[in-house]
Amino acid sequence: MRLLTHNMLSSNIKGVTNGFPLLIEVEKVVEKQVDFNEDFLRNMFAKIEWKALVEASRTMGYTELPENSESSMLNSDEFLRKFHHALLELHLEEGALVCPETGRKFPVNKGIPNMLLHEDEV
Amino acid sequence: MTSRPELQAPPEIFYNDEEARKYTSSSRIIEIQAKLSERAVELLALPNDDVPRILLDIGCGSGLSGETLTENGHQWIGLDISQSMLDVALEREVEGDLVLGDMGQGLGLRPGVIDGAISISAVQWLCNADKSSHEPRIRLKAFFGSLYRCLGRGARAVLQVYPENLAQRELILGFAMRAGFSGGIVVDFPHSTKRRKEYLVLTCGPPSLSSAAPRGKGEEGESCSDEDSSGDEDNQSVCISDRHRPRKKQRLNKKMKGREWVLKKKEQMRRKGNAVPADTKYTARKRKARF
Repeated sequence: MRLLTHNMLSSNIKGVTNGFPLLIEVEKVVEKQVDFNEDFLRNMFAKIEWKALVEASRTMGYTELPENSESSMLNSDEFLRKFHHALLELHLEEGALVCPETGRKFPVNKGIPNMLLHEDEV
Repeated sequence: MTSRPELQAPPEIFYNDEEARKYTSSSRIIEIQAKLSERAVELLALPNDDVPRILLDIGCGSGLSGETLTENGHQWIGLDISQSMLDVALEREVEGDLVLGDMGQGLGLRPGVIDGAISISAVQWLCNADKSSHEPRIRLKAFFGSLYRCLGRGARAVLQVYPENLAQRELILGFAMRAGFSGGIVVDFPHSTKRRKEYLVLTCGPPSLSSAAPRGKGEEGESCSDEDSSGDEDNQSVCISDRHRPRKKQRLNKKMKGREWVLKKKEQMRRKGNAVPADTKYTARKRKARF
């Protein structure tokens, strides 16, 4: 699972008002090369919760992202490269996602988060 | 035995390891899936500016439909309830991210982030109650509600469905409308039993000119006959000519049973030691009509 997906997922448990961002418990991280596409990054930038991305990438062991961001930074190639790497190339292979409100763990196996809810959580 | 998979078992059980492999190794299914997803992407009507979008594939299965999205240059997140199907998708090394989840529980996604959603032959599963806790209406409501929230404004969702009957079609469409979507059903090749395909084309936001459902293919009777249908789809359903074939064959066989056939049979009987009348010029001769 890439951080792009992590940035979109939120906890869907009944009664949880703010299930975002899910905390990450890391067991294994892999890096996979992805083609760099500037247009996609520009398009995604507005939709990304920057703070959550920075936090998540730090837990995954990538600390290059700046604390704050603004759209003018999109003109810098260096920034785009870092953004690209954090968003698309870092994969959480094994570990878990944790609901920030209830502490419920969603296990991640082979890169696939198991977001299935129990009957009493629907 | 019914041919509708959703009547046989819940999706996470029906698509077990064996079924998932069978599904993904059938070249016919692969081709049909690719065609359906190609059409779904066309109906999504994303702006033609070569910018990759982030799309959702609901019921992505083994990633057959996702591959079409990748070919179109988009990033995607696939959701499916069957672990076996997702395992096959992993093996096939699909480009998108996979999530194990149940669409009837609602999609756990942040509001307004997704640029579009497609779903190939998945939504009709929601109409079945597979557990005592399942209530199709509540599940449909949860699904369409969460889909509406996670899509950006003006974004489209194209859901290819196989509703079982009119009531099911209305149920699905009704809940989509109640969630706030505008749009409707696009039927490709409505006059053909074999090629007929239904797509729910839903747009986030109030009805407008851009949200009007596009026209289906082959609506103008251009393909009233199935003759132009390509061979690969021929086996999808029982066609009428199939039904008549056995009778035709029989008639043909009867004609074949001439004098030679009778002589052969008599010879067989003789060899078995039965008492068989001798062969004469009358053997296997046709009786006159007035007899």
